[in-house]
Amino acid sequence: MSDTSTTQKSETQKFVDIRHAQKSYGELEVLKDISLTVDRGEIVAIIGPSGSGKSTLLRAINDLDPLTGGEVWLDGVQINKDLPHRQYEKHINEMRQQVGMVFQHFNLFPHLSVRENVTMAPKLLKGISDAEANALAEQQLTHVGMLERIDYYPSQLSGGQKQRVAIARALAMNPKLMLFDEATSALDPELVEEVNLVMKRLAEEHMTMIIVTHEMDFAASVCDRVIFMDKGVVVEEGPPSVVFKNPTQERTKEFLRKHLSQYAESAK
Amino acid sequence: MDFELILKVYPYFLEAAVVTVELSVLTIILGLICGALGTAARLSRFRVLRFLGAAYVSVFRGTPALIQLFLLYFGGPQIGIQLDAFEAGVIGLGLNIGAYMTETMRGAIIAIDHGQAEAARTLGLSKAQAFRKVTLPQALRLMIRPLGVNINAQIKGTALVAAISVVELTYTAQRYIGSTYKPFEMFFLAGILYIILITITGKGVAYLDRKVRLP
Repeated sequence: MSDTSTTQKSETQKFVDIRHAQKSYGELEVLKDISLTVDRGEIVAIIGPSGSGKSTLLRAINDLDPLTGGEVWLDGVQINKDLPHRQYEKHINEMRQQVGMVFQHFNLFPHLSVRENVTMAPKLLKGISDAEANALAEQQLTHVGMLERIDYYPSQLSGGQKQRVAIARALAMNPKLMLFDEATSALDPELVEEVNLVMKRLAEEHMTMIIVTHEMDFAASVCDRVIFMDKGVVVEEGPPSVVFKNPTQERTKEFLRKHLSQYAESAK
Repeated sequence: MDFELILKVYPYFLEAAVVTVELSVLTIILGLICGALGTAARLSRFRVLRFLGAAYVSVFRGTPALIQLFLLYFGGPQIGIQLDAFEAGVIGLGLNIGAYMTETMRGAIIAIDHGQAEAARTLGLSKAQAFRKVTLPQALRLMIRPLGVNINAQIKGTALVAAISVVELTYTAQRYIGSTYKPFEMFFLAGILYIILITITGKGVAYLDRKVRLP
């Protein structure tokens, strides 16, 4: 699957372009000069041990964790532009509308129904009518198989259902890019698959996705490219077939040995 | 216990209770306003405002409310603040309970998981929109009960203004003791009326809390 999809989109280069990303907390440097590009429609997994900087990198893309150096570009526009505070706020809010994000702990709004979770941002930011908002909610929730729960509250849903609603909420803003920050890590094992299926369907629809994950088998089966990070640098990257089966770097091999049993199962 | 006496004087106590209710309502409204302003200051991104908010809270929680009342009522004229006893009572006690309410409101807001605002910002909401649509509605639910505790304390706290001669429930009880020499009956009657006020308010708070509770 990965080989065919990379050829399709060779004409649109550098849809996401991260240039010399650097991030420090005081003395501690968590991202060390990372440069990375993602094509339109490409699905990239970022893997690595905890503390490797993969979540920080993901959160730097929509400026939740601002970089201390470097640039992030999306579709020809710099996201972390150097602007005066007020102008920057306006700019970043516009950019974030184009970047959907899904969190490990869902972060659904508990005081809003499933429907309202999905429609709140489009109503507020795009000024759509109630009727349009309802149609949008129904459409997005159908997409993730949650239409039946449209008038439930988050507390009445399972973890997997919550995460599917969170994905629908992000998609309702019609983003160009989706970021997944360990979207299935907090789920009970039996609930992981329903979320993975939704993500797979998005992949089939050529949504551009950057996925931070611990699930090697999911990365191997869905992603076009795998990036292995450790200690704030990209150690190795390539198609899953290469990174998982013939990694060149010792650190990658060591990391994969610990996660190999998982991957071996899916590779059969 | 002299029930006949109680029956004879209770209409006057009811009148005094109306003053206690007025004091309670006004100080609670002022307290809520001060609490909201104090919270905004304490959570501000400007250091000066954060300092002022913290100073307000520590001064008013760090000194006896009675001293604050005396300072305002007796000391005020010395620095050009002329207030009658009722006004001094409302302003003094309102500022005092406002400091406690500041901490109640701030506590509820910072108790909301930061991931909530983060998720809202990720969708493109501004900081103000995220606060208004996501953090605040959750925090308001969370602060109803503890604000109820502040309100309970404040209703009883209005008794302090008896010390600056505002004719409310406690002062009235004291005054009738002077003419009847029956302190037990007078304080007992005042106590009953306080309990009624506290019970009604408590039920109101519980009702509100139930009404906005999430499934």
